[in-house]
Amino acid sequence: MNAIRTIFLYQLRDLARSKWLAAYGLFFFIASEGLLRYGGGDVRAMVSLSTIVLFVVPLVTAVYGTVYLYNSREFTELLLAQPVRRGQLYAGLYSGITLALSLGAIAGIAVPFIVHRAVLDASVRAMLLTLLGATAALTFVFTGLALLIAIRCEDRMRGLGAAIAIWLALALVYDGLVLVAVATFGDYPLERAMLGAMLLNPVDLARTLLLMQLDSSALMGYTGAVFQRFFAGTGAVIAAVALTVWIAIPALAGARAFRRKDF
Amino acid sequence: MIEIRGLTKRFGDLDVLRGLNLDVARGRVTAIVGPNAAGKTTLIKSIIGLTRPDSGLVTVDGVVVNGDERYRAAIGYMPQIARFPDNMTAGELLRLVRDLRGHGVKGLPRGVIVAPPIDEELVERFQLRTALDKPMRTLSGGSRQKVNAALAFLFAPPLLILDEPTAGLDPVASSVLKDKILGARGQGRTVVITSHVMSELEELADDVAVLIEGVVRFAGPLTDLKRCTRQPSLERAVASVLTRPVAA
Repeated sequence: MNAIRTIFLYQLRDLARSKWLAAYGLFFFIASEGLLRYGGGDVRAMVSLSTIVLFVVPLVTAVYGTVYLYNSREFTELLLAQPVRRGQLYAGLYSGITLALSLGAIAGIAVPFIVHRAVLDASVRAMLLTLLGATAALTFVFTGLALLIAIRCEDRMRGLGAAIAIWLALALVYDGLVLVAVATFGDYPLERAMLGAMLLNPVDLARTLLLMQLDSSALMGYTGAVFQRFFAGTGAVIAAVALTVWIAIPALAGARAFRRKDF
Repeated sequence: MIEIRGLTKRFGDLDVLRGLNLDVARGRVTAIVGPNAAGKTTLIKSIIGLTRPDSGLVTVDGVVVNGDERYRAAIGYMPQIARFPDNMTAGELLRLVRDLRGHGVKGLPRGVIVAPPIDEELVERFQLRTALDKPMRTLSGGSRQKVNAALAFLFAPPLLILDEPTAGLDPVASSVLKDKILGARGQGRTVVITSHVMSELEELADDVAVLIEGVVRFAGPLTDLKRCTRQPSLERAVASVLTRPVAA
């Protein structure tokens, strides 16, 4: 346990000094601040911000996580040459990176809402909390996937390509395919298939969580609309459980791959 | 100190180690030499547990290397490439590894941290004190290699595994490190070392293991190697082993 904490705290300190992480937080700060000032109201700012989060968080965390692990390859070897269990090192690594990336984005988004006193409004506060939760969840999912790829794939160019491909598939291509399926098979009752399709995509899941909270059709995504209609009350719970599974599977697969890897 | 029996490792289509056997004697300096891609680094990584062999057995001081991490408390490892996180300072690196080592001791009551013996001689002799507060990216390659060496010796480990330790060091630092290696041997500690500089190994090594294509072609005292091959220097003796047809 102590070894995990030692590595975790080191990771946090290392990432806290990273210029990339600072730029990432600053990006969300500017987006949040700008939308609050000129976005036409707190709720509309929140909707726009949600779209940005759903797009940017998966991309940046997938790429950053992959690159970070490749860059610290020799250092990881050095740590593994110490009397440390591989599982402990992975746990420290994973928790440090995911937490630092989550906090960077969350701070950037939340600070303008606090400064502008938008959080005093209960409904805005609830929406903001959901948005921050979705930000953290997507960070965990895509950082986990990134680490898994970087552990499994020796070639860093291919690993980076795979990370971007996964982002493209889940953030863009997936919804396109769903729309094509809907357009093609529109005469059939597709709702159940759509629900199943959504559970397979963490970005869709996060979008649904936000959609339900925002109660707004402004967010695109066909599956989200279907999902809301079907599960009005319990939908959020189901989406949250599915997201947890989406966080757990890459994280555990990464731990397993890390324990077996030849460095 | 180290026993290796029938070690095999394959990476894809490449047979890196093919049933390698080797004994490393306690209290001696053993040089591992061989052409590029002979499997030297894979062998070293198998001893440290970084690489999992496909078959065969590695035993370090009577403990079979099988995934349990505790035996590594006895090892100081100096990897070939000294790359550290950019923002980290050398001082932080030493502290981090020190913390990890302190926590590595099992079977003690919670909260009890056993401070391992600390040997900062190399930090002093390399004059690293002033460099300890600087981010690692601002250090030269030679300075990073000094930090790498100081870290391997920091915990006065009974077994030192050094992969190309003098690469990038200036003659003064290189001499300091060689003195340190010989001093460690003088204290009865075991050293495994690889290098491309044969004259350096000639100065340091008691035993030599010549690796070719994943097997040990010769293992034994340096003097025996020279006598068998009737060559005056290690470099020529190794060259003669490498070019000699395989003896049945």
